[in-house]
Amino acid sequence: MQKKIIEIIVFFLIIFFIGVFFIGLNKSSIYDTNNLAGQKLTNINLKHFSENKLISEKDLKEKNFTLINFWASWCAPCREEHPFLLKLKEQKNIKLIGVNFKDNKNNALNFIKNFGDPYDDIARDEFGKQSVNFGIYGIPESILINKELIIIKKFIGPLSNEDFNFIKRKVNQL
Amino acid sequence: MLSNLGNTILFINIFLGFVIIYLSFQNIKSKNYVINKNVYQLCLLQSTFIIVSFLILITAFVISDFSLISVYQNSHSLKPLFYKISGSWGNHEGSLLLWVIILTIFSFLFLLLNKDHPHNYRAYTLISQNILIIGFLSFTLFNSNPFSSISPIPKEGLGLNPILQDPALAIHPPLLYIGFVGSSIYFSAAIASMLTNYSGRLFARSIKNWVLISWFFQTVGILAGSIWAYYELGWGGFWFWDPVENASLLPWFAMTALIHSLIVLEKRSVFYFWVIILCILTFVLSVTGTFLVRSGILNSVHSFANDPSRGIYILIFLSLLIFVSVFILFRKFKTINYDLNVNSRETFILINNWFMIFYLVTVLLGTVYPIFTEVLINQKVSVGPPFYNTVIIPVVVIFLIFMSVGPKVKWIKDKFRNLNVLFKILLFSILINLLIVYVFKSYSLISNFIIISSIFLIISSLIDLYKNSKNRDGSKSRILSHLSFGFLVFFIGLNHNFSYEKDFNLKLGEKKFFDNYSLEFKDLQLEEFQNYKSVIGEFKIHNTNRNLEKFLYPEIRIYENPSTLTYEASIRTGLFKDYYLTMSNIDRSDYYNIKFQKKPFMMMIWISVIFVSLGGLIRVFKNAKKNY
Repeated sequence: MQKKIIEIIVFFLIIFFIGVFFIGLNKSSIYDTNNLAGQKLTNINLKHFSENKLISEKDLKEKNFTLINFWASWCAPCREEHPFLLKLKEQKNIKLIGVNFKDNKNNALNFIKNFGDPYDDIARDEFGKQSVNFGIYGIPESILINKELIIIKKFIGPLSNEDFNFIKRKVNQL
Repeated sequence: MLSNLGNTILFINIFLGFVIIYLSFQNIKSKNYVINKNVYQLCLLQSTFIIVSFLILITAFVISDFSLISVYQNSHSLKPLFYKISGSWGNHEGSLLLWVIILTIFSFLFLLLNKDHPHNYRAYTLISQNILIIGFLSFTLFNSNPFSSISPIPKEGLGLNPILQDPALAIHPPLLYIGFVGSSIYFSAAIASMLTNYSGRLFARSIKNWVLISWFFQTVGILAGSIWAYYELGWGGFWFWDPVENASLLPWFAMTALIHSLIVLEKRSVFYFWVIILCILTFVLSVTGTFLVRSGILNSVHSFANDPSRGIYILIFLSLLIFVSVFILFRKFKTINYDLNVNSRETFILINNWFMIFYLVTVLLGTVYPIFTEVLINQKVSVGPPFYNTVIIPVVVIFLIFMSVGPKVKWIKDKFRNLNVLFKILLFSILINLLIVYVFKSYSLISNFIIISSIFLIISSLIDLYKNSKNRDGSKSRILSHLSFGFLVFFIGLNHNFSYEKDFNLKLGEKKFFDNYSLEFKDLQLEEFQNYKSVIGEFKIHNTNRNLEKFLYPEIRIYENPSTLTYEASIRTGLFKDYYLTMSNIDRSDYYNIKFQKKPFMMMIWISVIFVSLGGLIRVFKNAKKNY
């Protein structure tokens, strides 16, 4: 009897593990970012990249919209989306904040130097701890918020032309 | 042409796999107690073909045949020959072919070198191994084919990621694959053992060397990866608890536990089912690691390009593997009361296994936890070094103490007669630690414990070595591994506490003084190499205390294909300390950001790991001499 119970538990555990892996595998593609939309960002506490200060809620309210972009020099898709960020910089109503994620400071500086600096402010999250508060798992990811710190949309993966147009439309609606 | 040839060979090998399975079943049914000669010949043919297919792939890389997608995506005609060759396994498709090569060669060698064991046990091993071969070959052929062609043929390739163009990384995958793919053979042997009831001492002997060989390669493979991270990533660290690193560590823990349990099975014919579980676990963890790395389910600095369809295939394969092996295990499992004495070698080895399983579970949980939280509660978390360090490091202290005491205890039953000696060793270890603290500097309480316990293990092993100096029973290889492991922990402890780092900006011709060093930026050169340009700085570091001078040459490399910048650390490696310098340019200024690090005992850490692994290899040769 005892053996039977152990067998059932083991099989259950295996199915559970495999099931989680299976859902996890499809998760990134079915990950529903809509439920994040409408939520308010709280407890913002980001260390500035080069200055000894914190980026707080006040900094996110300077313009009508803010795009928080999580990036690193070692992340290849970040290079892919970089031209879109540079183009977004030309928009008036949006502030761009880059969060440098688990990166080497020198490499990050060189990345900006080589590919251009689209950001109004850069924060540094050396160990990826603050980014977890934003629900960041991998990079690149970006969060578009309004002046009330309400999330309008979260972009997983590199920004595409479609995403760029969406942000542009949203920003110019006012 | 090469594409067709490669594909044809892969098809033939799948066919050969089926034929070998069929003939092996026939062999089991027949009353002939030896394995049919045809099976040997087919296995030889299968191995030869798979090697030829890999040579074809290497040739395609060497001659830059961009009609193959994998060559187009991972090579470039200007790449040095060495990296063209290593590029063939530096990508998902090619590395999968390497997987199949190891599966096939190990299958053939196991058949060839285990002639003293029953034919049905060997035949079932061959059947199980060929099922794995067919599975992975099908995956290679239908999902991740290195011989897929592209039309029209591109004129030039995209190039191999420059960060992967490194000698340590070129050899890292083959070494690691021999390690964890090699574990497939004792997985198959474990299945065969259960099906044929071939258990106990002789079964232990049949797989012992295979476990040791895979453990040796796994250890040096992990070492090569660490050395690469240390030299190439430019952060000065050598272990980052990255999911991919963890994936290589998980089977290592299981293998280490297995090596120890096998000794008990061989000596005392106990722990048979535990050994079987570990055999299964090791290979399952190897495939799980492959799944985690290749499917894109986990994000990592150096995971392969993501493709969910690969993940599904490996996951289905993994599920079948687990269900079939666990099903057979439950059908055959018998509860046995071992009645072990508390103070016996068996008990200590069992304790060693508990520790290994504890480490394994900790690292496994840390690695897969983000997947679970995301799936179950839709929350994204990141598990980093603080978790591993907090959970693992304190336990290492107790582990080292057991590791010191265990080998001295006798089989079956012992008296507590060594307590006096152990107490003296402990006192001596504390004294040495105090001396280090007094002469150099103090460190945290946990560091004190780590250093004391590692010295304890070193001294115990040295005493052991002295006592066994005339002994020819092979205990020296065990002592070598344990002693080196003690040194490894000792040097990691010192490295952690005595590393020194300084970050500043300098421009050409400037000199910076700090503590008892001065660093002078003497020169800056631009040089052109075959596949990159390099800005090379010349720095003179002067130790004012000892009046020693050293020159360091950090580089900023500009690769064209693909267009990338890399920062090459300049490292002056010494036996007892490394000077580590990285340089990076600062936007719109003549200044360069310089990161200077002094890393003590790095070389000793590498050497210790080599000796830990050598212990295993020496034991293989000793066993071979004894003809098992």
